[in-house]
Amino acid sequence: MSFKSNNKVVQWVEDRLPIISVMHHSIYEYPMPKNLNYLWNFGSLAGFALVTMIVTGIILAMQYTAHVDLAFNSVERIMRDVNNGWLIRYIHMNMASFFFIAVYIHMFRGLYYGSYKAPRELLWQLGVVIFLLMMATAFMGYVLPWGQMSFWGATVITNLFSAIPIVGENIVTWLWGGFSVDNPTLNRFFALHYLLPFIIVAVVMLHLIALHTVSSNNPLGIDMKGPQDSLPMQPYYTIKDLLGVGVFLIAFSVFLFWAPNYMGHPDNYIPANPLSTPAHIVPEWYFLPFYAILRAIPDKLGGVLAMFGAIAVLFILPWLDRSPIRSCKFRPMARIFFWIFLINGLALGYLGGQPAEGVFVIASRIATAYYFFHFLVLMPFILPMIERPRELPSSIHEAVMKS
Amino acid sequence: MADGATPANSAQGSGETRREFLYLTAGAMTVVGAAGALWPMIDSMNPSADVLALSSTEVDLSPIEEGQSVTITWRGKPVFIRRRTGAEINTAEETPLADLPDPQPDADRVEKPEWLILVGVCTHLGCVPLGQKTGESRGEFGGWFCPCHGSHYDTSGRIRKGPAPKNLEVPPYVFLTDSSIKIG
Repeated sequence: MSFKSNNKVVQWVEDRLPIISVMHHSIYEYPMPKNLNYLWNFGSLAGFALVTMIVTGIILAMQYTAHVDLAFNSVERIMRDVNNGWLIRYIHMNMASFFFIAVYIHMFRGLYYGSYKAPRELLWQLGVVIFLLMMATAFMGYVLPWGQMSFWGATVITNLFSAIPIVGENIVTWLWGGFSVDNPTLNRFFALHYLLPFIIVAVVMLHLIALHTVSSNNPLGIDMKGPQDSLPMQPYYTIKDLLGVGVFLIAFSVFLFWAPNYMGHPDNYIPANPLSTPAHIVPEWYFLPFYAILRAIPDKLGGVLAMFGAIAVLFILPWLDRSPIRSCKFRPMARIFFWIFLINGLALGYLGGQPAEGVFVIASRIATAYYFFHFLVLMPFILPMIERPRELPSSIHEAVMKS
Repeated sequence: MADGATPANSAQGSGETRREFLYLTAGAMTVVGAAGALWPMIDSMNPSADVLALSSTEVDLSPIEEGQSVTITWRGKPVFIRRRTGAEINTAEETPLADLPDPQPDADRVEKPEWLILVGVCTHLGCVPLGQKTGESRGEFGGWFCPCHGSHYDTSGRIRKGPAPKNLEVPPYVFLTDSSIKIG
């Protein structure tokens, strides 16, 4: 941080608050591995999505009314009467999905290249915390328009807590502020939906501090050993990240302008009716794998535990995977099982959207069992016995020069 | 730094124990105080007085014919009222308790066998089961069927099949006259 400026004002600030040198170090000269592929764009894309969500969300909050009698119509007013309200709401709706797309790819990239392994365990765990906060925020945001899916989604998800022995019912009443999902519930969900994104920003800061302490992983999964292995952030990766944002926005625009409701559910354009449950309740697509796990277990408490366990297992992943090799490039067996796991995850997503009957239930059970088998049996016990990793290159520079 | 921690005192041990005791009691009081300050805020999220005030409803049963069902609202939830037929009462009463996941005789679930009164909320995850309207699926046991995750209830509102752990709840109610009740 040998930052010196000729500008007297900048130097005056710098001498009192080292904000400029910190920024200079972390987004200008910060050394990145020089072999990163395009999968490393999705962290910055998730950050871009977060900022977009906060900006559009604050604007929407200026027009939205959090009351059971007014909420649905206030959203329709945003769509019809507020200048550009349709655009801002559709950005907010679709960017929520694209935020999850970016984060899921970011997570699978971490799984493939072993980005959760030492010394990046806390970095990974902070990411899982962000993922949990995102899910809570997205769920509460989906309740706000107060349509049929909002109401019944809120009812089903808050009822998950009634599975807790003894105090479950009291906790659910406390969450609701009444004896059913009603106005107090809507009010507090709005308050929390506004709060949580800023908590996410705070955890993202911790995620970045941890990242800059241990530095980025890379497709080879070996450490940078010197300047020949790295490139500075600016201009190499700032430009690459910006290109990624451009491509991301093109894909986003296709949905935003041609199919803004494709990832939503038509029932949510029916005002909430506490006396009539829609025939087929499905959560938003990004919850479907976990919803499938919930429904696969034929026991209420067991289903809830399995669903939360599916995320909890990610917290201990750095200690479940015992191979010292990070990247699946050099792990012939782990690579195969990564793809099986990915397909299994997609299958869970598909099954979560199907009715809970017949062959779908059986398939959900098999896929749920495989999900836990992968983390709890395959990774810690079977892979170390059957896998012989390939030889690692001696440095990033050497590998890059060879190819 | 403080006077009590002079070498002479700590050698005797008395200074350290006095200090530890003060730390411990001060710490304990802080926890109690913090919990006391936190509780009103947590409790403010529990049902408020105006929500609690809406907690009873009177219903006139006279227009309901035998075999008919009506749904009313109590505490923001649907309440099912079914005037059961003789056949429905018989099946409910004759079901062996061993067949029930949540065993309860029909007699414990009704004041008068003719009138079955239930909170119309599935005990699994809170959906409203089908079976109130004509033409809706009543499930395999002639009572109610929850479409969300496939729970079947019988003519006494008891869970028979599916993921729900408990029978449909019977709300507290009293007969004010022969043909009217007060729920709550």
